[in-house]
Amino acid sequence: MNHLLILPILLPAVVGALLVLAARHDGVLARTFAVASTVLLLAIAVALLVLASDGQVRSYALGAWPAPFGIVLALDRLAALMLVLNAVLGLGVLLYAIGGWDQRGKHFHPLFQFELMGINGAFLTGDFFNLFVFFEILLIASYGLMVHGGGGLRVKAGVQYVVTNLVGSSVFLIAVGMIYNVTGTLNMADLARIVPQVPAADQALLQTGAVLLLVFAVKAALVPLHFWLPGTYANAPGPVAALFAIMTKVGAYSILRLYVLAFGADAGAAAWLAAPWLLPAGLLTLVLGMTGVLAARSLGQMASFAVIGSMGMLLATVAVFTPQATSAALYYLIHSTLAAGALFLVADLVAERRGAQRDRFAAAPRIAQGGLVGGLFFVAAIAMTGMPPLSGFIGKLLVLDGVRASAHAAWFWALILTTSLIAIVGFARAGSFVFWKPHALPAAPASAYRPDGALSFVAVGGLLACLVLLTVFAGPVHAWLELVAAQLYAPAGYIDAVLGTAQGVR
Amino acid sequence: MEFLVASAIGVMTAAGIYMVLRARTFPVVIGLSLLTYATNLFLFATGRLAIGQPPVISAAATGYIDPLPQALVLTAIVISFGMTAVVVVMALRAYLETGNDHVDLPGDASPEAAEDDWKLRARKPAPATARSGRGERA
Repeated sequence: MNHLLILPILLPAVVGALLVLAARHDGVLARTFAVASTVLLLAIAVALLVLASDGQVRSYALGAWPAPFGIVLALDRLAALMLVLNAVLGLGVLLYAIGGWDQRGKHFHPLFQFELMGINGAFLTGDFFNLFVFFEILLIASYGLMVHGGGGLRVKAGVQYVVTNLVGSSVFLIAVGMIYNVTGTLNMADLARIVPQVPAADQALLQTGAVLLLVFAVKAALVPLHFWLPGTYANAPGPVAALFAIMTKVGAYSILRLYVLAFGADAGAAAWLAAPWLLPAGLLTLVLGMTGVLAARSLGQMASFAVIGSMGMLLATVAVFTPQATSAALYYLIHSTLAAGALFLVADLVAERRGAQRDRFAAAPRIAQGGLVGGLFFVAAIAMTGMPPLSGFIGKLLVLDGVRASAHAAWFWALILTTSLIAIVGFARAGSFVFWKPHALPAAPASAYRPDGALSFVAVGGLLACLVLLTVFAGPVHAWLELVAAQLYAPAGYIDAVLGTAQGVR
Repeated sequence: MEFLVASAIGVMTAAGIYMVLRARTFPVVIGLSLLTYATNLFLFATGRLAIGQPPVISAAATGYIDPLPQALVLTAIVISFGMTAVVVVMALRAYLETGNDHVDLPGDASPEAAEDDWKLRARKPAPATARSGRGERA
């Protein structure tokens, strides 16, 4: 067994606990440890990515209990990709938070590490119930991060967020119970082996459980389960909202992982159960999210709706369930995570500089460093709306191309192109209101705002630079993502790697 | 026994969902508790219902009950217990900071939310008249 597999979970867990115990009152020490841990996490994730690139699936039996009985972690290309994405976004957000947000409340850094741990765990685990546990870890940390810094409105939005997710967790547990009841296993690979053999009498129970698993869509903010997202993200601290950009993707990852593995082509009567629900819901989410961009009343709200829209496109593309569409969806997933993160950080840069108006679309005097912040917003907006030359454009092209074989291709083309136009109008309106309109107002007295250090700009610029890299290396990245999708759609390798441990083959 | 357990789960789920959909945080917390109880009971029942059977291997056993759901329920109980504590603390904090215990954000809240606001009520002269009324009675 390769012990590198457990490090993405172990490292943030240990560092997070150390930060609570030892660095509670020492801001510098906490920052140093948090950054060191996240950089190390990125290095480990990249090492795992290199390891997984050979196409072999690796499993790690916790406590050396053999596979269907013990809990396993499994690393394939998709999991490694998500780990790297999480570490990159985490590092960018952490650097931004060090600009001042982390000192506005207690325990930012430990919660941040636990959040990374939960997300990494959800990507790595090969066990169903363990997935629930890691979901809860990342949610508990996110509850703390969500209300970081306090304030009545934020706490109230936090209550909504917690309640929504608790109900979601209950439904998830019911689904797990139903599937366990029929199949007698919680191991995902074992589940994939048993699902085709489920007798017809038990199919109703199994399929109800499988459809209930769409509760992952609560995390992915799929219509009609999206109502929590705008309130939460728009009221969360800027850097936290940026980190939450990957949490919606955890939902999408779980849907992709579980439905392709266990309820995919080999599943007999239960094959592709999710598709008829997921596809229309995804397209509806796309329309609703991008329309919301037009109706938003603040930059944060606008970014939230853009996230909903991009999740809709992502999930609809995933719901086509073909390797071509999935590789396009994965490219768009990387892009939209980084772009949404950058956009939330820019919204926070604006909000910090506008005093009482925060990031609302209301008349406010010119902001400090307006040119630079406006430029960053412009780049992030181009990325988010999917205009050339950035990776959003390439992502949308790949999606349009990937779904051509689908029976619903016309819907995809019409809705994606129309909503892109709507989003462009929305973002153009927001940008001109926030950055150009103030020039018509009389110059304000010098604001009390002291421009903070270069670190915030380094963080935003770093995330945007990743998008530029993603654009420049779109060819090789997409070729690699095709390998990811190919591995995903050949679940035999995954099943053998995980269950092989039981037979002592390894 | 099956009917009893099944209807208990059903009634608790229905009551829980009804309570979760209320406008104030206290019934919502109660509803969440009921919902998690129902879930735990359901999870417990997924290992089949049997009485007097051992969950671990023993020489004298004539049959076994599935031990795994019991372990799962234990985990789920701990998590839901912790979560309820978190949501209670956050609801209290929201009540103290925003002045009312309505779940909706101020922009979406019903007019009742303003009526129930303890901060607004404290500012209005209404409590003064109430106090004088009580004084007359005394």
